[in-house]
Parts: sequence; C-alpha cells; structure tokens
Amino acid sequence: MKYFPLIWATLWRKKTRTIFTLLSVVIAFLLFGVLETIDYAFANPSSGITGADKLITTNKYSITLPLHFADAQQIRSVPGVAEVTWITWFGGYYQESKNFVFALPVDTDTYFNVHKNEFVVSDGQMQAYRNTRTGALVNVALMKKFGWKVGDKVPLHSTIWTQKKDGSLDWTFDIIGSYDVKDPTQAGAQASNFLFHYELFDEGRSYGKGQVHWFEERVGDPSQASAISNRIDALFANSPNETKTQPADDFTMAFVKQFGDIGFVLRAILGAVFFALLFLTGNTMMQSVRERIPELAVLKTLGFGDGKVLGLVLAESLLLCAIAAAIGLALSFAALPIIKMGLQGVQLSPKALIPGIGAAVLLALIVGMPPALRAMRLNIVDALADKR
Amino acid sequence: MFKQLFAVIGMSLQTLPQRLGASSVIVIGIAGVVAVLVSVLAMGAGFRHTLADTGRPDRVIILRGGSDVELNSNLTRTDVSIISNAPGLAKDSNGKAVLSSELVTVVNVPKRDTGTDANVTLRGVGLKLTEVRPELEVVSGRMFHPAVRELIAGVGAARQFRGLGIGSRVHLRNADWTVVGTFTSNGDVHESELLADVDTVGSSIERSGYSSAVGLLTSPAEFSRFKDALTTDPQLKVDVQREPDYYAAQSKQLTQIINVVGTTVAIIMAIGAMFGALNSMYSAVAARGLEIATLRAIGFGALPVLLSVMIEALLLALIGGIIGASLAWLFFNGHSVSTLGGAFAQVVFELTVTPTLIATGVVWACVIGLLGGLFPALRAARLPVAEALRAA
Repeated sequence: MKYFPLIWATLWRKKTRTIFTLLSVVIAFLLFGVLETIDYAFANPSSGITGADKLITTNKYSITLPLHFADAQQIRSVPGVAEVTWITWFGGYYQESKNFVFALPVDTDTYFNVHKNEFVVSDGQMQAYRNTRTGALVNVALMKKFGWKVGDKVPLHSTIWTQKKDGSLDWTFDIIGSYDVKDPTQAGAQASNFLFHYELFDEGRSYGKGQVHWFEERVGDPSQASAISNRIDALFANSPNETKTQPADDFTMAFVKQFGDIGFVLRAILGAVFFALLFLTGNTMMQSVRERIPELAVLKTLGFGDGKVLGLVLAESLLLCAIAAAIGLALSFAALPIIKMGLQGVQLSPKALIPGIGAAVLLALIVGMPPALRAMRLNIVDALADKR
Repeated sequence: MFKQLFAVIGMSLQTLPQRLGASSVIVIGIAGVVAVLVSVLAMGAGFRHTLADTGRPDRVIILRGGSDVELNSNLTRTDVSIISNAPGLAKDSNGKAVLSSELVTVVNVPKRDTGTDANVTLRGVGLKLTEVRPELEVVSGRMFHPAVRELIAGVGAARQFRGLGIGSRVHLRNADWTVVGTFTSNGDVHESELLADVDTVGSSIERSGYSSAVGLLTSPAEFSRFKDALTTDPQLKVDVQREPDYYAAQSKQLTQIINVVGTTVAIIMAIGAMFGALNSMYSAVAARGLEIATLRAIGFGALPVLLSVMIEALLLALIGGIIGASLAWLFFNGHSVSTLGGAFAQVVFELTVTPTLIATGVVWACVIGLLGGLFPALRAARLPVAEALRAA
C-alpha cells in the first residue's frame, strides 16, 4: 500500500493518454455490463408464473392446438396436484395492435387457488369482482400505462375470438379492481395482465366452446414436479389431445430460446469489443513503460528487486482497469432502468455485473504482463544508458 | 500548397511503419466497430429481405377482419366460396378461380442449435397451390399427395430444424406425417414452413374452416375492385391485403428492434474507438514532433501539416473499416438463422451483408477516423516550432 502514491503518479504521467485509455476501457465495461445484464435476463427469464411449485400443461404438438377445459377434472385427480386452472389465449389489444394486453379469461376459484397469496388485492374489490359478470381485475402497472381507473368500461379487441351475439371481436369489460404482484421478480412479466371471467368468455364466444390453451397446476411438493408431470401426460397419452406438462420456468425458457441464440450474439459483440480493447490498453501500457525505462532503471539501482518492479507495473495496469471497470459498470447499472423500458417483461438483475470484475482483473493481467515482464528483465546498465 | 501537402503526407506515411503499434490500435478498434455494426444490421436486413421477398403485388391474402395474422384468422367454407366469385381473380382454363384456401397451424419441431422445441408453421394449402404460387419448386423428393398424411418442407426449415429430412416423420395429434420432399420458394418466408393438403390438415386438427385465402389477380391494378367487392359484401367480414403489404407489416417490428439495438451498441463502441484513435494520433504527433517542427521551420504551412495528420487517421480508419466489413461479410454473409417472427412462428433467414451495409460501415469508419484525427491534427499544426526543436 505504501507504493500507492508512486503507482498513482506514474499512472498520470501522461494525463491525456491515461484519460483517453481510461475512457475507452470505461466504454467497454459499460457495454459489458449492459450486454451481460441482457444475456442474464434472457438466460433467466421470469415466467410470469411464480414459484417452483407451478406446472404448465399444453398440447404436446403445439400450444396453439386446443385442449378441453373438462380435462381439468382428470388432472385434479392426479396425486400430488393441489389445484389446477385453465386458460385460453385471448390475443387482446387495446385500441391499437401495438397496445398489447395480456388478457386472460380465468376461472376465479381455481385461478386464485393455484396462485395463492401471489397477488395484493383488497377483499372488497375481490368480492366485487366475483359478483360482476363483466368485471375485470387489472394489474396496477397496466392501469397506469393506459390511465385506467376502477369503474372504467374498457373495450379490448381480441384477434381470435368473435362474440356469439354480434360476431364482433370487441369485448367490453368493467374494471372492478386492480391488483399488484407480490413477487418483485415477476412484476415485470405480469405487467400487462388483465384478468376476467372465463364463464363470460366461454358463453360469449361464437365457437370453440370449452377449448382452452393451457392448464396451470400447483403441486404440493415441488421435488415431485417431474413425476407429477409424467402422471398428467400419461392420462392423455394416445388420445387426440396428448399433453406436455413441464415446470413453468422450463416452459418459459423454451419459449425464450425460440428467439434464437441471443447469448451467442451478445458474446460475439463483447468478444470484438475486448479484442480491440486488449490492443488499445496493451499499447498504452507498453508505451508508458518504454518511456520510463531510465526511471525504472533508477528504481532498480535504488534496490527495488525484479519482482517488485514487475509488481509495480502490474499494479499500474490493474489500477487503470479497476478504475475504468468501476466507472463503466456503475454507468451500466445506472442504465438498467432504460434497458428495462426496452425489454418489457424481462427481469434484469445486477448479479450479471459480477463477471465484470473478473473481466477487469483478467484484462489488467493480460495487458500488464508483457510490459511488466519487460520492466522486470531490464538490465540496469543498459537501461540507464538508454539502450532500448 | 499541394506540393507541400503531398510531401508531408508522403513523409507521414513513410514513417508509419515505425508507429505500427499505435496505428494498429486505430485499425483494430475501428474494424471491431464496423464488424459489429455490419453483422448486426445484416441480421435486420436478412430478416426484412425474407419477408419483403414474400408475395407479389398481384397476389392477395384474405383474413377474417381484425385478425392481424393467419394463425388467429378463421374463414368458413361459405366465406371462401363467396371470395372465389369476386371480380378480378385470375381464372384457370376451366374457369375456376386461382385461389388457395389455407389453414395455418404451428407444430413443435426441435431447433438444431438449441435443441428446444420451436413453433414451425404447418400450412395446409389448396389444390390450386402451384397456380397460385408458381415460384414454388420441389427441389428434392416429390410433391405431397392430397388425402394422405404427407408434407413437404421448405429448405430453410429443413436446414434449421431437426427431423425434416425426406422420409422423416412429423407427429401431429395422434398421427404421423411423412416428409416426402423439400421445396424452394424464391427465398421467401414460406421456405421456413411445412406444406400439406389443407383438408387433411383440417381433419387432423379438427377444424372445418380455413385461416386464410390466397388468390391471384388478373393484374395488380384489379386490387381495389377486388377488395371493394369483398369489403362491401354484407355477408363477409374480411380484411383484404396485397401479399407484400401483409408480410412487410410482420417484419417491421423486429427489424426496427434489431436496427436500434445494433446502432446503439455500435455508437457506444464507436465512442470507445474514437478515444483509441485520439490516443494513437496524439502519440503519432508527439513522435513526429521533431519532424513537424523541422518542416515548419523550413517554410511548410500549418495547413498541410494539419491535413497530413487528418489524412493519416482517415487512411488508417478506412483500412479498419474495410477489414471490419470484410470480416462481417466473410463470417456472416449467408449465415442461416431463425427467430420467432411476427406471426408466432419461426422465420428462417440468412444474414445479408448488402453493399449498402458495407458502405455504411466504411462511412462510420471514416467519421470515427476524422473525429479521432481532428484534435491531434490541430495540435500538430499549432506546435510551437522553436520549443519543439529545442526539446529534441
């Protein structure tokens, strides 16, 4: 530690050069932080369905092929299944197709039993929702997005379901209450949720009565999830509607993977960034040592050992990278809210920034090592004579 | 003035090899920026091309009103028979409308790269398929037969997904479908799909209606007559679109995302590369301090010195830009990938490094080089001659 002033002084020997190098490294770590965070978000997507005790059952061959709501009776009888509920894809939007609304017709009793204690909703609003056929319970984030208030009548356009009464795709609901999601890691994924009564939907649709797209199950013991999944699928084996049951998180993961190998793209970009950076910082360090050869020789003359000189140069490189990495990662952390706006429904975690520290140390060692070795091997007589 | 300029540039370029380390920083830094920029934009361009190349202006797609995409749409048999009588549709030699009623569903097929299931479109097509889509060509195996569970796979789908070779079986509901051939379709989005007989698909997924109807008009100009006839028919509630418009709408969102993300990342990288260039050019100016001072002392003007530094930076940037664009082209042009498209199904496309993208990359390189060279060049031009000579 007593050498810190010496290292600090040599680092700022040429101010402009150090500042420019520092800024390039800062930029690289800003990108590193941002891309790692996005990668982490895609590698650990939140399902919008809380908990390891949740399973999803879909049609084995395609989620777009329907199952029948009555199958819930059979699924419920499977040992280990605590509750099951059924959901139909509504494909809704509000006014314009870009205003996507994750509208779900749900069976009130079973839905809120599968998702027990996951929502914050006042008892009064819950009771009012149960008593209102055309009622809807809306996520607070969605209420805010469209400026809806409790008591509003809102029309949602379904891209799939026509109404029996007039063949229209526009369905109107009364917002009876709003709810919040307890688990903060799921809040993003559920931010567009809009719940309404399955009974109203099923009676109102002009075709496909009883058809649902997936079942959500809560199991008593999450460690039994795969055994229970197999039991559910066995029920429907060799029927026209074979099923595929899996933990909710696996289901989401498979869906996210459909977008492609995003991790590969991000890592390729980071590879290019750091390759360029190695050259840049390495060149700076090399130059800085080259200019200081007589000084280093003086240090050696004063009795600094080879190891100590090596350590000094490495420490300088480490200091440069550490300062830059800290600034860059701090900036990327500050940018998290901006990324969140662009990546709705994806949960970002600062955990992704941890590898940044490792990258900084690695970078410092790689770029610092050649000049440090050179400094270590300096022959005092030659160096003092400035024979490079 | 020009004589001076050329002399100074000649000198600065001759001494360039001595400053190889610092110069390569500019080249490599800028090559990195341009390679990333061009590769990412090539992704957007490839995706857009695949969808933009789908369809022709004299072909129309009819969906139930308000459905947005085929997967959500639903037309009854009556709807289709009304549509087939609308004016403007091309007729075959027997006087029947060149119209294919289609039924779209998605099947889970594992992706080769991730091994996880992906949504692949299975499109049931009518008997008039080859007349409606003359660009479709079976390149291996044979066409599917109607009324049996056979399908043909697009070459893009066969490449990106497992188990779509000729003779393989695709399981759907409680039946196996045999892949009997592969087809090309002008590189458009249908090459990402599986095609089979519409009624066989319908009976398999227990749907009696259709998703869409695709018809050929006698000429592109007939579109409004055809559309008006359908949209004013009180028996129908349909959306009529020219095929290119329908597919272009599906590429818009993703292309936009790719372009915004790619440009943002490239801008950030470019700033980093610019700092690197500044650094290198400042040290180049410092290394050439004596030389520059001598030139100024014997009567060379400030402008040629300034320009020579700028031109050196620009030249290095240009080399970097060309290397970056070439790397992007070499590694990624024609690279086939797939993603979830706007219609909830996989779209297979190739990264396309177009000449425009290469030009964009080189322009970026030059801008970075100019910005990185400007301040060092100003310093070089303002170098106090006497001091510089004395310091040496």
